Amino acid sequence: MMRVYWLEARTEFLKLARMRSYSLSTILFPLMFYCFFGLAMAPHEGTTPMARYLIATYGAFAIMGSTLYAFGVGIAVERGLGWLEVKRSSPMPLGAYFLAKGAVAMAFGAIVILMLFAMGAVFGHVRMAPAQWLLTFGALVAGAIPFCVLGLTIGSLAGPNSAPATVNMIYMPMAFCGGLWIPFDFLPKAIQQAAPLLPSYHLAQIALAIQNAPVQGTVGGHAAALVAFGLIFLGTAWVAQSRGREKMYG
Amino acid sequence: MPVAELQNVRKKYGAVTALHGIDLGIERGELLAVLGPNGAGKTTAVRILLGLTEQTSGRAAIFGHGPASHAAKLRRGAMLQVARVPETIRVREHIELFSSYYRAPLKFEQTIAAAGLGGVEKRLFGELSGGQKQRVLFALAICGNPDLLFLDEPTVGLDVEARRGMWKHIRGFVAGGGSVLLTTHYLDEADALADRIAVIDGGRIIAQGTPAEIKRLGTSPAGSGSGGLEDAFLSLIRQNGNSIEEVLQ
Repeated sequence: MMRVYWLEARTEFLKLARMRSYSLSTILFPLMFYCFFGLAMAPHEGTTPMARYLIATYGAFAIMGSTLYAFGVGIAVERGLGWLEVKRSSPMPLGAYFLAKGAVAMAFGAIVILMLFAMGAVFGHVRMAPAQWLLTFGALVAGAIPFCVLGLTIGSLAGPNSAPATVNMIYMPMAFCGGLWIPFDFLPKAIQQAAPLLPSYHLAQIALAIQNAPVQGTVGGHAAALVAFGLIFLGTAWVAQSRGREKMYG
Repeated sequence: MPVAELQNVRKKYGAVTALHGIDLGIERGELLAVLGPNGAGKTTAVRILLGLTEQTSGRAAIFGHGPASHAAKLRRGAMLQVARVPETIRVREHIELFSSYYRAPLKFEQTIAAAGLGGVEKRLFGELSGGQKQRVLFALAICGNPDLLFLDEPTVGLDVEARRGMWKHIRGFVAGGGSVLLTTHYLDEADALADRIAVIDGGRIIAQGTPAEIKRLGTSPAGSGSGGLEDAFLSLIRQNGNSIEEVLQ
């Protein structure tokens, strides 16, 4: 039985790793943006709070990308073009399909976060206590879960062709408005006020709290908000999936 | 007892009735072909038997189990029409994964041989020809060593040679004692493979019998055909009240 879960995850990993559209957007986007905003524009002398701030928020950006693309685009394509039906009519445990997707998307995100950490430490003068590095990493990877569920919702609603655009239209603005690209305090007031409506904001605030950066609210409050978002997305996805099954067939 | 059956199954999608109470049974070791024009209800019937959608009323069973149950899934395989299969996975990886879903799957080499995939095991799915792709889907349907196989238009879009190749593998499965439900648009395919044919139109089964019986049933007095299955099919559908244009679409 364990073998099914292992093989499902291995297959999902190989599928995504060989798919350039996925591996490039997942790895390149966060690293490239970090180079532009985090390295090129940051001051170069010594450790600054800014450097630490950006390593946390670009980590959140990375984990959002790997999960939203894997779930949002992956499920929209596999559902819309018939592959999910092949899987569902086989004895595959349905949980294996979603768990494999989640584990692999988080693994990809984790790899990109480690790359970011390496870049930050080497080029960005980011210095933190080992426990802080570890906690930041752990919080970001665990924070992937609500974004997996958001991806599941997108994948359940979007068509196979429109899914990549849909994901980008949610991913990019959500990252910007959540304070992942440029520090939250530099954002316009209106965006700052609306940000608590975005899960990206809450994940970033948790990662920032670990850095001892100034944050709004408490870690517990942000974690609760992420759980709430996860549940709302899960409910939406569930409704969308059960509705999608009753399409008309000849 | 039939290995799979539908008893008085009705299926409504909102106001539209796709199946008006059909009865259908597949006996052990037989290949039943379901023929019908587009929109006749073939795919709906197959989807109910695969547990992908639920009937509005009536009974559906696979080896006495509910079609969506794990017990039913373990004993059947299905080859569905699928527009895109993950392309960056190798043939061997696809087959190993699907084999792991079953309790007593075929050995990898047996699956490869039964689907005629020798030599392409290491290719990515996206690098295969159309015929090879269909044979991979066939391999995924039989790799669990099922007793019952569902083939939904298995040779659609294939050239003659690839179609004949697929027929050979389907016959191989039946020769091994398996039962098959085949839906197809190609009447020569039904003629060549089926022990029994069910003609479905407008959500009803309008004729059932061996290929020879269907040809006899469908021979209309004014028929100008040569007595082939195609003429019989057209004549049956016409008697059922469809215009020839609808049928040929």
